[in-house]
Amino acid sequence: MFKHGDFMAHSSSTSTFAPWEDSEQKPLIQFKNVTKRFGSFTAIDNLNLDIFEQEFFALLGPSGCGKTTLMRMLAGFESATEGTILLDGQDMAPVPPNKRAVNMMFQSYALFPHLTVADNVAFGLKRSDMPKSEIEGRVDEMLRLVRLEKFATRKPHQISGGQRQRVALARSLAKAPKLLLLDEPLGALDKKLRQDTQFELMDIQEKTGTTFVIVTHDQEEAMTVASRVAVMDEGRLVQVDTPARIYENPNSVYVADFIGDVNIIEGNASNKGDGLVEINWAEGQPAIQGTATNAVQDGTRVTFAIRPEKVSITQERVSDKANCIEGKVLDIAYLGNISTYHVELPSGHVIKAQAANNRRLARRSFTWEDAVWLSFTDTAGIVLSDNAGG
Amino acid sequence: MNVRRLFLIFVPYLWLLALFLVPFLIVLKIALSDGALAIPPYIPTLDFSNGWEGIKTFFAGLDMENFIFLTEDELYWRAYLSSLQIAAISTAITLLVGYPIAYGMAKAPDEWRPTLMMLVILPFWTSFLIRVYSWMGILSQEGFLNQFLLWTGIINDPLTILNTNTAVYIGIVYTYLPFMILPIYAAIEKLDESLLEAAEDLGCSRMQAFWLVTIPLSKSGIIAGCFLVFIPALGEFVIPSVLGGSKTLMIGKVLWEEFFSNRDWPVASAVAVILLLILVIPIILFQRNEQKQRESEG
Repeated sequence: MFKHGDFMAHSSSTSTFAPWEDSEQKPLIQFKNVTKRFGSFTAIDNLNLDIFEQEFFALLGPSGCGKTTLMRMLAGFESATEGTILLDGQDMAPVPPNKRAVNMMFQSYALFPHLTVADNVAFGLKRSDMPKSEIEGRVDEMLRLVRLEKFATRKPHQISGGQRQRVALARSLAKAPKLLLLDEPLGALDKKLRQDTQFELMDIQEKTGTTFVIVTHDQEEAMTVASRVAVMDEGRLVQVDTPARIYENPNSVYVADFIGDVNIIEGNASNKGDGLVEINWAEGQPAIQGTATNAVQDGTRVTFAIRPEKVSITQERVSDKANCIEGKVLDIAYLGNISTYHVELPSGHVIKAQAANNRRLARRSFTWEDAVWLSFTDTAGIVLSDNAGG
Repeated sequence: MNVRRLFLIFVPYLWLLALFLVPFLIVLKIALSDGALAIPPYIPTLDFSNGWEGIKTFFAGLDMENFIFLTEDELYWRAYLSSLQIAAISTAITLLVGYPIAYGMAKAPDEWRPTLMMLVILPFWTSFLIRVYSWMGILSQEGFLNQFLLWTGIINDPLTILNTNTAVYIGIVYTYLPFMILPIYAAIEKLDESLLEAAEDLGCSRMQAFWLVTIPLSKSGIIAGCFLVFIPALGEFVIPSVLGGSKTLMIGKVLWEEFFSNRDWPVASAVAVILLLILVIPIILFQRNEQKQRESEG
């Protein structure tokens, strides 16, 4: 499950950092109408994207959405079929991977098994024009950064998975690239270690000031680490925004559904003025009062998306919220700190509501089959007029 | 449980005992005997009918004479040295020819690999002897190679290849090439493609990545292949006797002549024992390499 606190803390600490809102800023990376085809398969479809210096940019999407292809084009392992990719204003197409100021951390880590940890980190430096005398110092510095000084003389097979991950990170950062690409960097770690490492990554990114582009299919990871998240589907960018906006204001059902848990209700809209929209969604049920961000035409089919934690569940009917629906508890998913209630409405729809377990389990106010009231304000959900997901 | 384990250990030891140690002791015994005009052509033979006395006279009849003889006649140590040289050079040539083939096979599209593998193994389906003899037809003065070269006009007079050391090198390289290709192919094939991408990403050209990543990581395959070629090539006798000339000196050929032409079993056995001792060194090194390889994978 998505953890709320993680990105709240992060986004507040970087609230002043928003170069994408400043039209004066020159992007570090520019994708201009980039298309990539493998035979008849289109992996990237006419994509435009700007990534700015010092950003921690996440490419998020299911497998096969083109996020890895996008990253491999930045590294130089794939070339664009159409369009241009600019790094610092320079067209990257003719530059081979070994001449790019871009380094990559591989999903498999790709550590050289025949070299020690220190030699792995030094590998890139030895190929650069750095004087020999400085290489050793730089290697020590990188190993200190990832807290692996003690393991310098070990071979990759003699250290743990988490340590290998940090060697891979140190190796890719050693040449101080303008851009660091991370391909599912934490995929092979277990959950606890992954969470610790996420914060470590953010720390290192802030310390080095390097621009990070991370590829992941884990929405929680993307939300935690990134300054901006690009949600991808079938080679297109569906939404590029800050984690908070992606979560709170998804621009499509696809994004709403992909990020976190959501209730999706379809209905016919009718405008009530002042941006208020009424959605008639089921026979015998009161219309849902919602707020539309974009103007909606009367009578169009819309999708109402609302997060379970924004739906309150009570025994009595409440009067201070715009929407109030009756139902009965069908299922309870107990997650420790919170519980998710699956509430069945008389129409047969099931709505999920979340409540914090601030009481002991034994003193919980409702249980299975109890009649309950669900309520939410008219601004709690989102009215999406395009249910195709684009 | 313990009986089972003992039995499992016993099987390979029995194998070694019956097929290596016992024959070796017999050969060693013959090497310590003296030649004789008899059947078998050496004395003493072990005769239990005389009881303890017979065994005592048997051991008294054994001596190091044949080994001393080997050091006195320069033919033998020259043959050993020449064999080492021919084996070493042909191993090097086999590596140079085999590595690119193995590399090409490992990088070939997946659907091609079984076919390529088949092509490497296919010659084993024909008798080794027939294949070596057929090289005579290719390399002789009137052979296919000379006819082809004369036809293209590259040469005006036929080359003398057959019955020279060159023919021996060709024969050894041809025969043992699969033993070089297969272990190298196995090593390169399991090499993770992302390692080469990582090397390139860190600033290597393709060529540098090959030298710094592919070669070191296929080292175990190279070493295994070299030993698999060097060890049998050292004692090879069919190829030098069929393709080599009178000047080709190889210990396997000397051994064969000692045994069948001179019927001097004791000297032939002494030659064989020394050859085995020479081979023990590379065999031990080979085992070490295999063990190291297993450890680094484990």
